[in-house]
Amino acid sequence: MSDTRINISAGAKARPRSALLQNWRQHVVYAGFVIIFIFFAVTLQDRGFLHANNLLNIARQTAMVSVMAVTMTFVLSAGEIDLSVGSIAGLASVVTAMGVGSFGVIGGIVGGLGTGLVMGLINGLLTTTIGIPSFLVTLAMMGVASGSAMWISNTAAVPIIDRAYNFSFGSGNIGPVPTLLIWMAVFAVIGHVVLRRTSFGRKVLATGGSEAAARYSGVDTRSIKLRVMMLSALAAAVAGMLYAGRLHSGRFQLGEGDELSVIAAAVLGGTSLFGGRGTVIGSIVGALMIGLINNGLILMGLEYSQQLVARGIIIILAVAVAGRNR
Amino acid sequence: MTASVQGPDAVRMTGIMKSFGGIRALDGVDLSVAPGSIHALLGENGAGKSTILKILRGVQVPDAGEIHVAGVPMTQYTPEAARNLGVAMIFQEMSLIPTLTVAQNIFLTREPRAGRFLLDDRSANNLAKLLLQQLGLDIDPRTPTDRLSTGEKQMTEIAKAISQHARVLIMDEPTSALSTAEVERLFAFLRGIKDQGVAVIYVSHKMDEIQQIADTVTILRDGRHIITKPLAELTLESIIEHIVGRRVNAFAWKSRQVDRSQAPLMQVRNLSGLQKPSGISFDLYPGEILGIAGLMGAGRSELARAICGIDKMAEGEVRVQGKVVNTSSPRAAIRAGIALIPEDRRTQGLILEHSVLSNLSLPTIDSLSSAGFVDDRRAKTVAEGLVSRLRVKLGSLTSPVRLLSGGNQQKVVLGKWLAADPIILILDEPTAGVDIGSKAEIVELIRSLADAGRAIIMISSELAELLSVSDRILVMHGGRITRDISRDEIDGWAENDANAVDRISQMEHGLQLAIQGGQGLV
Repeated sequence: MSDTRINISAGAKARPRSALLQNWRQHVVYAGFVIIFIFFAVTLQDRGFLHANNLLNIARQTAMVSVMAVTMTFVLSAGEIDLSVGSIAGLASVVTAMGVGSFGVIGGIVGGLGTGLVMGLINGLLTTTIGIPSFLVTLAMMGVASGSAMWISNTAAVPIIDRAYNFSFGSGNIGPVPTLLIWMAVFAVIGHVVLRRTSFGRKVLATGGSEAAARYSGVDTRSIKLRVMMLSALAAAVAGMLYAGRLHSGRFQLGEGDELSVIAAAVLGGTSLFGGRGTVIGSIVGALMIGLINNGLILMGLEYSQQLVARGIIIILAVAVAGRNR
Repeated sequence: MTASVQGPDAVRMTGIMKSFGGIRALDGVDLSVAPGSIHALLGENGAGKSTILKILRGVQVPDAGEIHVAGVPMTQYTPEAARNLGVAMIFQEMSLIPTLTVAQNIFLTREPRAGRFLLDDRSANNLAKLLLQQLGLDIDPRTPTDRLSTGEKQMTEIAKAISQHARVLIMDEPTSALSTAEVERLFAFLRGIKDQGVAVIYVSHKMDEIQQIADTVTILRDGRHIITKPLAELTLESIIEHIVGRRVNAFAWKSRQVDRSQAPLMQVRNLSGLQKPSGISFDLYPGEILGIAGLMGAGRSELARAICGIDKMAEGEVRVQGKVVNTSSPRAAIRAGIALIPEDRRTQGLILEHSVLSNLSLPTIDSLSSAGFVDDRRAKTVAEGLVSRLRVKLGSLTSPVRLLSGGNQQKVVLGKWLAADPIILILDEPTAGVDIGSKAEIVELIRSLADAGRAIIMISSELAELLSVSDRILVMHGGRITRDISRDEIDGWAENDANAVDRISQMEHGLQLAIQGGQGLV
């Protein structure tokens, strides 16, 4: 005890440098993004990597994961985790498609968001009132959501023929800008501001930083956790609706396995898996980086099996460099 | 005293010196413990007990001095080296794995084997059974550890240490989590291992226990060895005399006026928690500083937590300014104007990884926000004001609070709550692990808050400090208030013609007796 105190007073002078070092580690995702981008730009020059269409495609493919990564940042920052986002997206896509078919666009949107709301409420209440760890709750709900999606759709794709829906959720372009990119930007900006600038954001970080200290300070940590779980499921539902708009149909497979990309994106971006620290912009860049890697590996002509291996290795490397002190 | 084994001392420490950053924690301390005896190590918080035990356990290296364990000199100061010499410490937070059986825990990593690869559970159970019997312990070695009572776990822990040929057992406040019956069994057990030649170093603040179990007593004060004597030659009075001694660093009491004719600021009526405390009632007046004294486990922190809505209240009510307070959550208590500086600043008071700024603004984050958006400039201004008012030494507001010293961290915790401007401030051990300079500042701050009409409840194990600020002291024991001591009575403990330093010692002496007396002893 006493000697740590001595170390601290001695270390006080060295602080500026160590702070810089820490910042460097936290911001490594941006450097990594640039390095990987340059690497692909050079090596894949002749395969159209830098082509505007290809770059926009990366953005399109990354949008859903990005949207979910924004709210996952809140969940992780509060010291929880949500493994059910991918399957909630799939379920929401099916419900939305059926809703659009039966009741029109508004019905579809209400159905999709309602799905997210209900799933989030279940996740959140089981975590906060019964006290089952969110890891287990959402692992179980992952099966419930994708099972329900298969069940109500009879495992078949549910087509969406409403033009307006498909345009605004995923397929359209406004000028040269895909609507997906707009969705992603809106989520990023709102998420960033809420986490950084609002009292809700501070309470989320405090809850994850030390639940006891937050509670002693008057933060209603249960309600914070309930709310982040609901936000996460809602964003997952929106991601599912975007998938549905992009593919003009709802399918139970949409979003399958996305939870891992979403969590990896957040952690790559500098969000702590153990709570208390998170950055929305980092998560977005993390998601873009994963999209970039996927795209580059495809252009390189790697087979799907090889892509999986390469992607895994790159992510481990990046997280190891970014977060050795996590 | 039975079976005094002949041969070298189990422990012989001579001339131990240890300083931390220029502050002398141990100043040439000698400690000799005979094999087959129970040796009580006594002293106030900060007297040097934990430092000398850390050195004996190899956790810290002495600046000078020699240590022999059973005649063998200690050449290396590592926990492994100490363990190999036969020194074992029984920790409060036990090292047993709850899902394993008693026998599995005792022989963990040293299991008897059947052949090269397979473990021999049967002989492990038999060996454990034998060991437990020798120690007079009737536990089936196949019982999973999580089914044992706290006392049984502690005894299993000791059996484990004995099976590793421990010759010296260190126990620090071993009974704080035990029931009376369990304490009896532990003592019988300790007498048993004593007969087998094991030396026990026993640290406790509870004098009745010391009088029951110890053979020899060593008292430390301010890092110095004061006395070592057989217990039989000491009275309770003289033990307390030696522990308290003449204070050098104590703060003097400043006379204050509390007007008890006006309406009380807070009224606690018949408050009981689920276990502790029970049936607590008291009034707190504007400008009053109420001290709460008691031994570890007396229910002092539990009382604070129940008032602040952190622990559930089973019964009773709390009124602030005449109105009943909803104490169902910390939020509600904070709204009613009650703030708690918690016992453990590292887990309950602060978010260590977060910045000083965000720690300071957390309790008031809603009032620092408009329409949900935090006004960062205002938060920063408020924080800067607090930092300069409390004289917190820090590099920058944005660096993690983890980097600050204990005293400065505690000032940040105080600052968090000053910003909320509470009517009633409850401080639970506010000066634990805080340097003397910060301590004086904290004491001064408490006085000035009371002078400004706030009411303070201060829980502390440092009696000198408690005596220097309290207008009244409640003594708790077993979850109840056993004494309500007015300032007049406190002042009456001191002789009128004594000088200031002696007066403080005399008052401390009186308060020690009141605390120990709460156990129905003497």
